[in-house]
Amino acid sequence: MNYEIVIGLEVHLQLNTKSKVFCGCSTDFGSAPNTQACPVCLGFPGSLPVLNRRALELGAKVSIALNCQIAEKIRFDRKNYFYPDLPKDYQISQFDQPLAQHGILNIITGEAEKNIRIRRVHLEEDTGKLFHQKDSSLIDFNRCGIPLLEIVSEPDINSPEEAYLYLTALKSILEYLDVSDCNMEEASLRCDANISLRKKTDKGLGTKTEIKNMNSFKGVKAALEYETKRQMDLLKDGKRIIQETLLYNTEKGVTEPMRSKEEAHDYRYFPEPDLAPFNFEKSFLKAIEKDMPELPEPKKNRFIKDYQLSGYDAGIIVSDKNTADYFEKCVALYSNPKTIANWLIGDISRYMKDNNVSIKNLNLKESYLSGLLRMIDNGVITGKVAKTLLIEIIQTGKDPEKLVKEKGLEQISDANLLEAAASQVIAENSKSAEDFKNGKDNAIMFLVGKVMQKTKGRANPNKINEMLREKLKGVK
Amino acid sequence: MELNALTAHELIDLLSKKDISPIDICNSIISKIEKQEKSLNALAHFDKEKALERCKNLKESVNKGGLWGIPIFIKDNISVKDELTTCSSKILKGFKPPYNATVIEKLIDIGAVLMGKTNMDEFAFGSSTETSCYGPTRNPWDLERIPGGSSGGSAAAVSADEAIFALGSDTGGSIRQPASLSGVVGLKPTYGRVSRYGLIAFASSLDQIGPITKDVEDAAILLKAISGHDEMDSTSADMPVSDYVSNVKKGIKGLKIGIPKEYFIEGVDKEVKDSIKLAIEELEKLGAVCEDTSLPHTEYAVSVYYLVATAEASSNLARFDGVQYGLRAENITSIIDMYKKTRKEGFGDEAKRRIILGTFALSSGYYDAYYSKALKVRTLIKMDFDSAFEKFDAIVTPTSPTAAFKIGEKISDPLTMYLSDIFTISANLAGIPGISIPCGFTKNNLPIGLQILGKPFDEETILKIAWNYEQNTEWHKRKPMNSHII
Repeated sequence: MNYEIVIGLEVHLQLNTKSKVFCGCSTDFGSAPNTQACPVCLGFPGSLPVLNRRALELGAKVSIALNCQIAEKIRFDRKNYFYPDLPKDYQISQFDQPLAQHGILNIITGEAEKNIRIRRVHLEEDTGKLFHQKDSSLIDFNRCGIPLLEIVSEPDINSPEEAYLYLTALKSILEYLDVSDCNMEEASLRCDANISLRKKTDKGLGTKTEIKNMNSFKGVKAALEYETKRQMDLLKDGKRIIQETLLYNTEKGVTEPMRSKEEAHDYRYFPEPDLAPFNFEKSFLKAIEKDMPELPEPKKNRFIKDYQLSGYDAGIIVSDKNTADYFEKCVALYSNPKTIANWLIGDISRYMKDNNVSIKNLNLKESYLSGLLRMIDNGVITGKVAKTLLIEIIQTGKDPEKLVKEKGLEQISDANLLEAAASQVIAENSKSAEDFKNGKDNAIMFLVGKVMQKTKGRANPNKINEMLREKLKGVK
Repeated sequence: MELNALTAHELIDLLSKKDISPIDICNSIISKIEKQEKSLNALAHFDKEKALERCKNLKESVNKGGLWGIPIFIKDNISVKDELTTCSSKILKGFKPPYNATVIEKLIDIGAVLMGKTNMDEFAFGSSTETSCYGPTRNPWDLERIPGGSSGGSAAAVSADEAIFALGSDTGGSIRQPASLSGVVGLKPTYGRVSRYGLIAFASSLDQIGPITKDVEDAAILLKAISGHDEMDSTSADMPVSDYVSNVKKGIKGLKIGIPKEYFIEGVDKEVKDSIKLAIEELEKLGAVCEDTSLPHTEYAVSVYYLVATAEASSNLARFDGVQYGLRAENITSIIDMYKKTRKEGFGDEAKRRIILGTFALSSGYYDAYYSKALKVRTLIKMDFDSAFEKFDAIVTPTSPTAAFKIGEKISDPLTMYLSDIFTISANLAGIPGISIPCGFTKNNLPIGLQILGKPFDEETILKIAWNYEQNTEWHKRKPMNSHII
């Protein structure tokens, strides 16, 4: 039986405002417990919330970037439930009139593009953090009241891989907007997933489970993969799926039912009377729209058009804003964008991956990279030398031109020197020379490689190639 | 005359002439309290040493402030930094807020002397001040009777000259009704006129802090002192605050006053009706034009109120859970157990009743039928007033259908108790200002109050009408016979 996987994701995003959403307390991460709290975020009797407009602004930015319709009227609601990390025992959130609705996020799955619909985006306050000890629990209220944006997708995601791509694409947009640290480990970005399976022929949705406690995008993918298999096995055995909330156990790589008793919650939402509803001023929205940065998708299209990059290359470069910025700075200094793209996607990204650094922290000035590439073009160094040199520039932070001079890495184009090397190689590798003469054209590459080896990569490979061909033909 | 029996504006005069000092006023109040507080129980928290110390610490430099040296009592649900603020509830036993309410900051800034906290119905849930964890406050006019509520402590203290004036809060009549039943002046400002920051919320969309005073001029002075936009309260209005004290001392000739027929129904005492009629005649003599009118949705006000107010209260009172402050039950086994035991022990019957009612009204499956519908009818009630105010400058009604009732008379019958707010609730639902002033006495010598309702943010007009009436009558000058108190 063929099953279709149906996934919807709920992302909670801490917005990077300086102060909390309903009071003036700082939002800095990592301060001593309960040092960033006041009567308002502690929910003291008589205290009242006042909306931080900056949080609304950031929320609107995200909504615009996700192609949502933004509400005309901003209203908050109270979500009532008792929990010790929630000092008022209600959370100020948005219920039936969210900040924005009906958006779209585009993801690329292999060669195809797919639109994932965004159901809603709303603004709310974060809760405190509990620390459970043996006989007691402690609460840190520093996090309480940090603005949280909840982004809910429609169940348009059909595989764990698509879920991963959705999160990556979303994170990329959020980083472009500079609205959040997007750090899952510090919980500035959290993700819950709803997943169900249905027969391909079914119209309705199957029974879903909700998975929480995933702390990386890969964890989300792994959890969904596990849960897909678990549900599939149950269904194949003719068993039923129980609708429940599961926790992902990262160490074991399995989903487990939440141990605490899941009670059916009635949150008794009602309009927050302490925050009067107001109309979203057109001028305020216009100012935000004007302030929007170029987003990954339009940037990608522009890169394809202006720099003649392939869709694949452009996609990789724009997926990270800093890489895209770096690319454009290099383009301003060096005229062949395709070459820059090749280096960025190839050697540079390999180095970053191996050494676990980001482009932001990479010690490679745009002018050094463009200088390096220009030296190849001008025949000063060979591409092979350049590859080694790149690592050295990054590690030493030195100017490539100086390094080339210091180390004597200039390309050898001197005909006499090359001639000598070529003759020597032919003499030492007579079998390959014979093969070439007998029509095995590939053999020439082996001989070129030998010359390069002899010259420590400094020989001009094109010239060597020509010269070897001439020589071998001549001998005929 | 004793200083404690004077009004704030009389004392301001005496202080400016340097005839007396703030300590003199304070001492006179203290001696009155010592004489009669045992029989009244108007105060929840009072420490005479602290009051005297505050008096002594007054700096001459704040003399510019309009209330320099004038003592004031505060209802027990308004936060005063490091002072007991308990809403007269066991669940807030020992609670001292870490900050001042905005109104308190304003009063301190202009030199007022904080004396202590007045008794109230627990969390302002009541119309008789009987639900306080400190026991009922008694009406100075008849100690067997209630002073009204929920600001009954403030009203009784002012009426019995234990206070010059006081702050109360009004969610459905909690300033005006006790003012009426205790024979003093009580003003509920327009919703948004006075900052609620620091007022421990009962129903956030209805609550307002306001003055309880011995005469209209003091109400004008105190209103001016506490009004204005506050950036800590986003429901406070950015509207100009006029100079009430000088503006109210003008004539009312030609002012149009509506008399809504829905406020003269069966169940209103004849003595109350008669007094109000005489008061209306008096207003006409002063040049006002009084005409009958109708506020057709009045009959739904009590039902709407007890859904909206309890719904909000059920949420506002959730935070009293034993986690951070106030009472935490002992011998608890789990977090749920802590919540249950703390709230069971901490809240009184009426608080529990309202929390349950409000929780029910908001529950899924009932929300549309109750809460949501109540909001719609609330809009209709507001529209009644909007259209009436197109024609009238003010509306005049009885404040309460009866004079003060006996302690224990209605406490076991919540529905009857709820009906004692029948004439005051609409103003809160509509967000408009209202004032109650003394306008007569029953044959048993119990005060009767006249309610004047005004347009939003037009406290000036209702104060003006009240002031003109007061200038031409003597009701406000009568004092309770407190020989029996002593």
